[in-house]
Amino acid sequence: MATKRLPVDWPLVIIALLLSMYGISIVYSAGQTDIPTAVGRLWKTQLVWFCLAVAACYAVTRCTVRLLDWLTWPAYWVSIAMLILLIFIGKGAGTAASTKSWLAIGGFRIGQPSELAKITVVLALAKVLSTFKEPPKSLLELWKPGLVVGVPWVLIMLQPDLGTGIVFVGFAFAMLFWSGVSWPLLVLVASPVVSLILAFNVQVWGAWFLLLIALVLWYKPYLYEGIFLACTNVLFGVLAPIIWDKLAPYQQKRLLVFLNPDIDRRAAGYHVLQSQIAIGSGGLFGKGYTQGPQKRLAFLPAQHTDFIFAVVGEELGFIGVLLAFTLFLLLFLRVTKIAERANDSYSSLVAFGLLASWFVHVLVNVGMTLNLMPITGIPLPFFSYGGSFMLASWLAVGILIRIAAEGRGGRTGPFAI
Amino acid sequence: MSFHPNDMRRRGIAANVIVTGVLVFLGAGFFRTQVLQHDKYTLQSETNRLRELPLPAPRGIIYDRNGKVIADNVIGYTVSVLAQREDTLRAVLQRLSGTINISPTQIEQAVRRYRRAPTRPAVILPDASFDVVSVLEEHRSQFPQLNIQSSPRRFYPDGPIVAPFVGYTGEISENELAQPSFADYKAGQQVGKQGLEKAYESVLRGKEGSQFAEVDARGRIVRGQGGARPDLLPVPAPPLYTNIDLDLQRYVAGIFGDSLIGGAVAIEPKTGAVLALYSAPSPDFNRFIGGVPIAYYDSLRTDPRKPLYNKALQGQYPPGSTWKLATTVVGLETGAVTMNDHMPITCTGGMQYGNRYFRCWDKRGHGSLSLQGAIAKSCDVYFYQLGLKLGLARLIAGGVGLGMDAKAGIDLPEEKRPRFPESLDYFNRKYGRNWSQSIVLSMAIGQGDNSQTILNMARFYSALATDGSAAKPEIVRGKPERTPMVKLTADQMAQVRAALVGVVEGGTASRSAIKGVQLAGKTGTAQSGTLDAFGKELNHAWFVGFAPADDPKIVVAVMIEFGGHGTRAAAIASAIIANYLKVTPVVDLTTDG
Repeated sequence: MATKRLPVDWPLVIIALLLSMYGISIVYSAGQTDIPTAVGRLWKTQLVWFCLAVAACYAVTRCTVRLLDWLTWPAYWVSIAMLILLIFIGKGAGTAASTKSWLAIGGFRIGQPSELAKITVVLALAKVLSTFKEPPKSLLELWKPGLVVGVPWVLIMLQPDLGTGIVFVGFAFAMLFWSGVSWPLLVLVASPVVSLILAFNVQVWGAWFLLLIALVLWYKPYLYEGIFLACTNVLFGVLAPIIWDKLAPYQQKRLLVFLNPDIDRRAAGYHVLQSQIAIGSGGLFGKGYTQGPQKRLAFLPAQHTDFIFAVVGEELGFIGVLLAFTLFLLLFLRVTKIAERANDSYSSLVAFGLLASWFVHVLVNVGMTLNLMPITGIPLPFFSYGGSFMLASWLAVGILIRIAAEGRGGRTGPFAI
Repeated sequence: MSFHPNDMRRRGIAANVIVTGVLVFLGAGFFRTQVLQHDKYTLQSETNRLRELPLPAPRGIIYDRNGKVIADNVIGYTVSVLAQREDTLRAVLQRLSGTINISPTQIEQAVRRYRRAPTRPAVILPDASFDVVSVLEEHRSQFPQLNIQSSPRRFYPDGPIVAPFVGYTGEISENELAQPSFADYKAGQQVGKQGLEKAYESVLRGKEGSQFAEVDARGRIVRGQGGARPDLLPVPAPPLYTNIDLDLQRYVAGIFGDSLIGGAVAIEPKTGAVLALYSAPSPDFNRFIGGVPIAYYDSLRTDPRKPLYNKALQGQYPPGSTWKLATTVVGLETGAVTMNDHMPITCTGGMQYGNRYFRCWDKRGHGSLSLQGAIAKSCDVYFYQLGLKLGLARLIAGGVGLGMDAKAGIDLPEEKRPRFPESLDYFNRKYGRNWSQSIVLSMAIGQGDNSQTILNMARFYSALATDGSAAKPEIVRGKPERTPMVKLTADQMAQVRAALVGVVEGGTASRSAIKGVQLAGKTGTAQSGTLDAFGKELNHAWFVGFAPADDPKIVVAVMIEFGGHGTRAAAIASAIIANYLKVTPVVDLTTDG
């Protein structure tokens, strides 16, 4: 498509710019501690990355969706290759020092391939799902999408990076939903995981299991599918806690640390507690920009990366939190609209997948600062310090601009502001 | 996939509802934490970052009766470390020892202080010199955990002169902390250890204040004193007004000088006000403030003159002839004798009792004396017979009645109870049933199983100096408490006082008369049981007396350890009284005895 002037979706761009400005100013504030640390200089680096990211975004807007579609598989395989490479030569850094998330050459860290993979896997899954004439009705039909997400997911869990793993699961479910997979089937797919989570309480799990049986009877999947679901749920819900209890504490710890290397860093719960104290003491209006004592006195851990939202809470208060939420909500609503009006199923799925990816990041990261979510070391889009993630976020913005521009009513419709 | 716009719209709405719902849920979580639980987290944030630095209250200033300062506060420096863990503390101390002089003992002390009160700054140098403080201030940036505070430091301008009654303060000990009476004390605080400082601790203490320093996550002080929260200023203790006459106290100390060992107590007989109380030699408690230096303490402890032993309050000495007045009082009270009675045996330098010859102190003999004369000459033979006439039981009961077995009740914690038999049972216990009546002879002249404190003898004479009731000796001004003690008629009291005047005017203390003032008193030369290098028994020199005899304003008891004859003590007492009454003694004070 050879457009001379691209109809830019300005609301999307403005929201993303506002979020980035907000984020960088908080990264600056995060560095303002009473006893200066290296974090104090990072806002400049972040600003450089932001400029690079906007440039990359512009470049992406010059690529047609068709080009993107064509590049999907090569990009996917490159991502897979890099993830495999990480298993052997990955390096740790920052708050995830014990994992192998970084690709480095000669000690110089280039970036985190999993950030790129978040986009390429969305593209690949969109491509797979868009080939379905009808939405999948049975579990068996989901083998291909499952494989496309499952392979990189396993590679990422080997780093191990639970946070990114959760993001993959999140956007995969969202894209299945967007492709028209019915609610009952989504529930059935998710049921083993739900069983695992509910396994701590026999009654709650029992109720869930009865609900599941009812759902199976009503939805009537193939017999073996029903049996398979029942078995996996029993396995996850009943056997997992028994096996878990049989493990020695050090083995439990080893498993937990495998899932989340940060657990054992310091006394459990210290990070979250300090984050909650920071947010809670911020009150309605906050302690003032750069003035938060919890942050200034270094009580707040990872204040420029994983716990950056606690800085927002402490210094700008509930008002600042609401402002961030409003911007994120506007972003999500805008991207939903782009996905609705996309020109074809592939671009629509891509748009929704990118939205879901951001959403899971926000939910898990912000929830973590309030102890509503487990600590998984997942960054906050546009806020957390980190080059790869800033770049990936703006690449996504670029893809979305292009999809919006090619979408229905693109040039003359409501997007042509 | 179904890609009909209607399907898309339906799913879009569903997605929007979910996204909005989740964000509203998160927002509600933030509302709960930031608005509803704001106070809780604010408190947690402050306990996180604010460390309480105690601000010691200045102790009450102690004044003498004329408003002169006995105990003062000067500016001192306390160096402490705020540590979160013991190993942090050790690391800081280790580094600190490269900058200033800290001994391993001091490090261990600081660690112990930290263990007792981990939330308070661990004191390293309770009393740092200005030199050390200025060195530390120079290197302050290297030691962000360091807390240098100026804090009031106790100072006794007269040092050793006032030490016997004022005592000293020190860091509260672990033993003290374990006691319920120190329940509201915290480790590291200063507490009175002796004397007035201990007795009036609750008054002198004041109320500790607090400063708040802001620390970061690693316990480094980021904003020091008065940063984050206003200080709670300490409440200084009110001053303590005492009965002490500091000029007199200085004079007494001056007389004892470095050579004499002993003690002296001066009391206002009507009120019991303690004008001076001294024990020689006396330690300089200024050196005890902020931790007792080991070398100094050892030198005090090994000094044969026992400076740490308060001779006026704790010293138990045979009262010797000063006790003859007790025998006299018991004799008069029981009607066994009158002031003019003579005894059957004339003093020829001693008397035979049973198979033993009891000597009078004067080998030449005193001849036949009335009781009045016997007091003036301190004739032992007379009192042997008076004792025999009274019998041991009456003598002991009378002594108990005169408070000879009880504390004088001074408001100082160190006072010891005199040693005096409570009844004849004492002798049964000590000697079995078959003890000899000859004990009464020794008891009658103030020897034997009788050891009095200087203070208690002063109290007894203050009763003789007034109407027969003794006032409780008080260092701190209070309402006088008088208890009847000597149960004699006014005539008898006048006769006793006349006899005591006779001691000074022509008696054993005739060299100690004061020009223009009638001095009354009694000498004592008490056998100490200690022999000198030539095998001769050393005597303690006593004098207890008062003046003016007709209207006594001061009672003085002086005891010189191994001081020889009582006349030596009399000369000192006379000088003290003259100094107090602003008159001149007849004989200038000499220390040759």
